[in-house]
Amino acid sequence: MSSLDTIPVTAEVASGNVKPLLHEVRHALKRLANGEDGTVIDLQSIPLAPGEEARIEELLGKGEVRAELDALGPSVVQETSYPGVWLVTHSNTEQVVVGRFIEVTHMPELLKSQQADIEHAISRLEHELES
Amino acid sequence: MRKNQSLGEYLQGQGVSRRGFLKFCSATASMMALPPSALAQVAEALANARRPSVIWLSFQECTGCTESLTRSHAPTVESLIFDAISLDYHHTLQAAAGHGAEAARMAAMEENAGEYLLVVDGSIPVGNPAYSTIAGISNLDMLKETAANAFAIIAVGTCAAFGGLPHADPNPTGAVAVSDIITDKPIINVSGCPPIPVVITGVLAHFLTFGAIPELDALGRPAAFFGQNIHDRCYRRPFYERGQFAETFDDEGARKGWCLYKLGCKGPTTYNACATLKWNEGTSFPIQSGHGCIGCSEPDFWDKGGFYNPISAGMWGSRDALLGAAAAGAALGVGSALAARRRQKKAQGTEI
Repeated sequence: MSSLDTIPVTAEVASGNVKPLLHEVRHALKRLANGEDGTVIDLQSIPLAPGEEARIEELLGKGEVRAELDALGPSVVQETSYPGVWLVTHSNTEQVVVGRFIEVTHMPELLKSQQADIEHAISRLEHELES
Repeated sequence: MRKNQSLGEYLQGQGVSRRGFLKFCSATASMMALPPSALAQVAEALANARRPSVIWLSFQECTGCTESLTRSHAPTVESLIFDAISLDYHHTLQAAAGHGAEAARMAAMEENAGEYLLVVDGSIPVGNPAYSTIAGISNLDMLKETAANAFAIIAVGTCAAFGGLPHADPNPTGAVAVSDIITDKPIINVSGCPPIPVVITGVLAHFLTFGAIPELDALGRPAAFFGQNIHDRCYRRPFYERGQFAETFDDEGARKGWCLYKLGCKGPTTYNACATLKWNEGTSFPIQSGHGCIGCSEPDFWDKGGFYNPISAGMWGSRDALLGAAAAGAALGVGSALAARRRQKKAQGTEI
């Protein structure tokens, strides 16, 4: 227990934004199921009380897929227990979270190999085979 | 980063993959308060962005704005934004001093005439220019000289944007804002004491991405960050609606995290992004830490009554104190009441 835990503050605070956010996810999921475009929700743009982000994470749960990227610092792409709903967390090289998004999509774009990187890979491989 | 290199070329040269670049763009778009759907547009614009020259002038200030910015200097997003600009003059951060520093400013102004960004923090003393000089040049003269060929000016902090603390009554130095002097250039006011670091870098990122200034509010502030007041974005707002207020800083309401309106919170009249972007790497903001907003991003925030007086008590102190003092008829009390009324009229613009 840290000394901060001894401060007698029991903040039972709710912004009232958790449920509307989940409704937004539900609507986005319906659109995706109907063949429409995916949706990205920036969690930083929504006023949330302390603990509510963790509450959202808890309510969404964890699904079958979890991927970790190492690109300008670690990123975690976690499928939630609702297929089609992903939680994407970007951190910098000092492990500070720089962005947190709920992506409603078949697969987050960032997981795919990117065209520019594929083209670069071809030239690297060709160079390797020539040497 | 070389002068004519694009940001995309620079990052590729640094071994940053396209995936890494997209992540950078994603965080940058979020930092600029753009919707995630703008990612593709941001990625394309940033990949082709060229390195702009930036001249940063510090006048009557406490260096808090620069401290705020440098404290945000976490790798990836902010540092890449700073790699992507050419900070040609900043007398707190640059290695050069004296004639060498001034020569760097003159060279940057000449080489990038009409294209450089001028960032100013601090107010400008016009009462007596000798209150603040750099290299023997008054702040007023240096501002006019440097602004003449700037593309646009970013007034960082409430001092540069609105006069700030030096402008507070009785304003001994005759401090004024950048916009009181320069009237023929676009000016972006990034107010706050200090401003949220991400807002400063967000404005720079916007310029880097789109080569233009962002949409501004009536006070010249970027609407994306200053478009809504703290109160409307505060997670404690539901308590305000239900009439649940902390009356003191240690009562049951304070412990339960209720609304701080009665303790002087200026959230309802303050426009800023603290409630969502937060401070210290997104950890918290004053209201979350149990103290009301002091309204530091608004003009004359220092002169709007006490930080602990509720907004409903007006800008001239509590109504009870005002009435009490006037009724008592004591010379001091009457004087206070008259002075308070005078301040009230002045604030309302009705004093002749």
